[in-house]
Amino acid sequence: MNIHEYQGKELLAKYGVGIPAGFAALSVEEAIEGAKKLPGPLYVVKAQIHAGGRGKGKFKELGQDAKGGVRLSKSIEEVEANAKEMLGNTLVTIQTGEAGKQVNRLYVTDGVDIEKEYYLSMLVDRSTGRVAMIVSTEGGMDIEEVAHSTPEKIHTITIDPAEGFQPHHGRAVAFGLKLEGELNKQAQTLAKQLYTAFIDLDCDMVEINPLVETKDGNLLVLDTKMSFDSNALYRHPDVMALRDETEEDPAELEASKYDLAYIKLDGDIGCMVNGAGLAMATMDIIKLNGSFPANFLDVGGGASKEKVTAAFKIILSDPNVKGILVNIFGGIMKCDIIADGIVAAAKDVNLSVPLVVRLEGTNVEQGKEILANSGLAIVPANDLGDAARKIVAEVQKVA
Amino acid sequence: MSILVDKNTKVITQGMTGKTGSFHTETALAYGTKMVGGVTPGRGGTEHLGLPQFNSVHEAKAATGATASCVYVPPAGAADAILEAIDAQMELIICITEGIPVLDMIPVKRALTGSKSRLIGPNCPGVLTPNECKIGIMPGNIFSKGSVGVVSRSGTLTYEAVFQTTNAGLGQTTAVGIGGDPVNGTNFIDVLELFLADDETKSIIMIGEIGGSAEEEAAQFLKDEAKRGRKKPMVGFIAGRTAPPGRRMGHAGAIVSGGQGGAEEKIAAMEEAGIRVSPSPSELGVTLLDRLT
Repeated sequence: MNIHEYQGKELLAKYGVGIPAGFAALSVEEAIEGAKKLPGPLYVVKAQIHAGGRGKGKFKELGQDAKGGVRLSKSIEEVEANAKEMLGNTLVTIQTGEAGKQVNRLYVTDGVDIEKEYYLSMLVDRSTGRVAMIVSTEGGMDIEEVAHSTPEKIHTITIDPAEGFQPHHGRAVAFGLKLEGELNKQAQTLAKQLYTAFIDLDCDMVEINPLVETKDGNLLVLDTKMSFDSNALYRHPDVMALRDETEEDPAELEASKYDLAYIKLDGDIGCMVNGAGLAMATMDIIKLNGSFPANFLDVGGGASKEKVTAAFKIILSDPNVKGILVNIFGGIMKCDIIADGIVAAAKDVNLSVPLVVRLEGTNVEQGKEILANSGLAIVPANDLGDAARKIVAEVQKVA
Repeated sequence: MSILVDKNTKVITQGMTGKTGSFHTETALAYGTKMVGGVTPGRGGTEHLGLPQFNSVHEAKAATGATASCVYVPPAGAADAILEAIDAQMELIICITEGIPVLDMIPVKRALTGSKSRLIGPNCPGVLTPNECKIGIMPGNIFSKGSVGVVSRSGTLTYEAVFQTTNAGLGQTTAVGIGGDPVNGTNFIDVLELFLADDETKSIIMIGEIGGSAEEEAAQFLKDEAKRGRKKPMVGFIAGRTAPPGRRMGHAGAIVSGGQGGAEEKIAAMEEAGIRVSPSPSELGVTLLDRLT
C-alpha cells in the first residue's frame, strides 16, 4: 500500500526525523491557512498524488508553459494562485501514464535553502533476506540511472536481524554520504530513526530523494515515498487509515474487497486463473497467440463461489473485454467449485462474450460435467495452448 | 532415488486441526505419505484424523521420530511456527501458508543459517515424490514416477510441468515448489544442486517468474557446474513477459522494479546457461522430449 508524501513525512517525524514544516490542504482556503502558519517568505506548494516525477509533470488542463506539480511560491498570494491552478486538475508525470492523476490534495511547506542533495532508501534485499539501506551522494537524480552509469556512487548497507541496527551501520550510512562533523552525526541518528520506523511500521520501501543538507547545516527529508507490506497491514490500523482509495483503480479496489489479485491491462481478453504464476503465464500465452490480455486475475487458493462470481463481474466491468479465458489447474482449489461459480456468475451477468474454460486437476470430471449441463455456450479446452488458441479465435470471430 | 522426501519420510502437520490443515493431511494420508502426527497447541493428547496431536514440535518429534513438518498455520502465526520447527531441529520444514509479512520472514531466514533445518516456501505448493510421499497441496493424481526433476516458484505452473511430463511419458523424480515470496527458505540453486546429485534425475524443468534475481543466480550456478562437468538437460519457463513494470503480480515477490527482475533478462541468462526456455507454458513437456532426442 502506498501513501502520500505528507503522510509519509508526518509518520517519519514521529520517529524524530527532520522534515520541513508543512500542512496538508484539501482546498485553496486550507492551503492559505497552512501557509499563514509557516514562517515564510518562501513556500512550496506540492501536489499530492501517488506517483513520482511531480516537479517535471504537466497539468492536462493548463498550457504547456504552466508550471508542474511542485511550485515555489514567494508570498501567500502566490500560494493561493498556485493552489487554485493545481487543485482539481490532472497532473501527468512519467509515472502516471497518459491519463494522469487528479490532484485532490496539496502539501504546503516551508521553503528550504539547499546546500546539497543526497539519496537514501530502505528495502528488503531479496538476495540476503535482510533489510538494506541504499545511500548515494547523487541526490535528486533518478537512482536507477546512477546505479547504471556510476555504480561506485551507490553504497548498500545490510542489517543483520540478529544484531539489529548498530552504531556501525549508522557510520556506514554517514560516511557513504561523505558527510563530516555535525552532519555526519545527524546522518547516523537519521539512519537509526529510519530503521526503527521501517521495522515498526512493516514498510515495504522507504525512499528519501532528496535528503538535503540545508545552508544552515541541517539534514532534512525533502521528499519521501513510503509503501507498506500489504500482508502486515492487519497489525497497523493506523497505517491502514492512511489509505487514499481515490488513488486506486476502481476495479482493482473492488477486487481487493474480495481478496482477489486483479490488475487491469490494455488488451481485450479477460482472464481468470488460479495461481499468480499460471495467471501470468496465461497472459503470456494469449500474447503469444497474437492477442493481448485485458487483465491479470488470480482467484487464489480455496476461492469460494462468491469470490469467483465477483471475479467474473470485475472482469466484465472492463468495456474492452471481448472474450474471457478461464484457466484453472486445481490443487488447493477444486474444479467443481470453480465450475459452480462460473455457471452461477455467467447466468447472473447474462454473459454475452465468448467464454473458453480450461479445467484440470482435482475433481476435474465433476467440474466438466457441471459446465456441460449448465445450458450455457461454454467452449471447453483441453490444455492451456488449446484454450489460448480458442479464445483468440472466438474473439476474432466476433470482431 | 528422489530428493528431499521418500517413502520413509515421517511427516507431522503444524496447524493440522484447521480446515486447510485437515483437508491436506487427509489427502496426504490417502496418497500414502507417512503422516505420524500433528501439532496444535492446546490439543496435545487428543487425536485428529486418527493421528496423535501434540502441543509442540519438540514433543511431536520426540514421540514420533518425524523428520519433516508441513506448516499450514495462518499468516500471523506462521513465522513463529517455522521458528519452532527450526528450534526442534526438524530436518525439513515445508510452509504452505501464503501472506506472511515479509519482516516476519527475515528472522526466520537468519535462524536457518547454521541450523539443521531446510525450509521450503513459504507460499509454496510443497514437495512430492511420486508414489512415495506428498507434502503440501499438489494434486497427486497428475504425477507419475519417472526421471524429470521439477523446480518452480509458482504452484500451478508446477502442476503444468508435472502434468505435461506425465503425458510425455517421462514422469518425475520429485517436484519442488519453492514459493513466490521475496524472502524464502530454499532457492533454485539449492534444489538444482540436489537434482544434479541425484542419479535418477535425468533432466530438469525450472520455472521462474519476474522479480528478484534468483533465476540469474541459478543460471550462473549451472554455468559454473557445467565447467566442472556436472550438467543435465534442462527446459525452463519464465512467467510474466507481459507483466507491466512496477506492479506486483499476485505473488509478493513477482514485481519488476528499479529496472530489475524483468523476464527477458532472466530468459537470456537461462539460455546462456544452456537451458532451453520454452516461450509457451503449454509446451514444457514436448520441449523437454525434443531436447532429450
